[in-house]
Amino acid sequence: MNCAECETLIHALIDGELDAGHARDVEMHLATCPGCTAKFEAFRAMREAMAGARLKDKAPAALRSRIEAALPLPAAQAPAEIAVPRQLRAPSRRMFFGGFAAGAALSGAIAATVMLGVFDNDRNQTIADEVVSAHIRSLQPGHLMDVETSDQHTVKPWFDGKVDVAPPVIDLTAEGFTLIGGRLDYIDGEPVAAVVYKRRKHIINLFVAQRLGAAHANVTDRTVQGYNVRHWSAGGLDFWAVSDLDPTELDEFVRKISAALRGGGPS
Amino acid sequence: MLVPLQSRAPQAFWTAGSDTMTADANAELERARRFRDAALPYLDDVFALARYLLHSAADAEDATQECYLRALRHFDSYHGPAMKPWLLAILRNVCNAEFIRRGKADLPAAEADDGPDAAGAPLWQEPPASPEALLLRHQDDAAIRRLVAALPLPFREAIVLREVNELSYQQIAEVAGVPVGTVMSRLARARAMLRSAWNATESAPQTVSGNTP
Repeated sequence: MNCAECETLIHALIDGELDAGHARDVEMHLATCPGCTAKFEAFRAMREAMAGARLKDKAPAALRSRIEAALPLPAAQAPAEIAVPRQLRAPSRRMFFGGFAAGAALSGAIAATVMLGVFDNDRNQTIADEVVSAHIRSLQPGHLMDVETSDQHTVKPWFDGKVDVAPPVIDLTAEGFTLIGGRLDYIDGEPVAAVVYKRRKHIINLFVAQRLGAAHANVTDRTVQGYNVRHWSAGGLDFWAVSDLDPTELDEFVRKISAALRGGGPS
Repeated sequence: MLVPLQSRAPQAFWTAGSDTMTADANAELERARRFRDAALPYLDDVFALARYLLHSAADAEDATQECYLRALRHFDSYHGPAMKPWLLAILRNVCNAEFIRRGKADLPAAEADDGPDAAGAPLWQEPPASPEALLLRHQDDAAIRRLVAALPLPFREAIVLREVNELSYQQIAEVAGVPVGTVMSRLARARAMLRSAWNATESAPQTVSGNTP
């Protein structure tokens, strides 16, 4: 590897986006090149400074309520320059409900949506069962972890190429939830990242996948075989947390993870 | 908390065939609720990107609102899995329309900007690495925002999608409509520019790696 290639790839390394093979190549080059090492250190420091800075504006409350108010009436609120089918612009009772399709097409859509809703809930129960089975399996001797470390920068790259997501690996040691490692697991026939945490003697498995059950922005809770299960979706990923921790502590864990996901770091 | 679908769904299913107005209303409200649950958690992300792209809070508010209206209209064609990049891609289209309206030539898709990469020639010349170059000046949040905001558009877009919206390279590629390799080189150059500008500012003499009071 030459320096020009390395200069681009160090960013992917910093961002945890390199597969193991390329990461090793970059690290080998860094070991022999002080110039690239200096840049690597500087960019890493810069990235940390940016991660710690508040760079994200909150949307103004007025904007939020304006959008929320517009939601049940999409067609009526649409600006004129956007092409909206004429029959939807005409004032009608149907338009009050912001309908898109008319008549029979709509019936079909309703049936589809409704059935989807029913299936979603059934499906999430199935996933919850599987997630708990995977949790119990992981507690067997020697099954808990494929990569055993408390360093999030080791756990995150480890998943590269094994699952099709870069699961957020958040160290919550300071918050009382110790990151102890990661594991590749299979749920619903798909490879899933399992990030393993420990609270006192209790193990928490946090399963992360791009699609694992029906998405819910809000946290849904279940109890399966005495294990507490929490599911939520954020950032385009599905999260399932399982543990024998008591519900309040598991909820606390979910809050900390969610806060870290939103804010870019535990607070 | 479970969605209240369970209780209402079977009944709505059986009445759907008769196409009653109640069923229409329920379905549409249900759809709006699903959209709200799925899309509203990313409002801050959408607004933040809009601010960085448009440089104006008022324009960013308009663009964000327009983005959500468009997203709702196309919600039926959304099949997941990732809501955030989907929304940000819509926002980007809204912003592009705004750039055209403004008559500016700084469209993010300007492929010419990526030209020098192919030849491997760095656009941004860095001074040779010295011990001082390793130290990163301390910058307050507002200063960092200004530095990011001053980057040329394709690079600003890439770095904001990464550092502010926290997308993966693959997701950034989808939002910006470019290959992952281009994302990687844009981020590399964005950070190189940022670092030069960062260390060039005189305002803050402390260093991150040095002693701080």
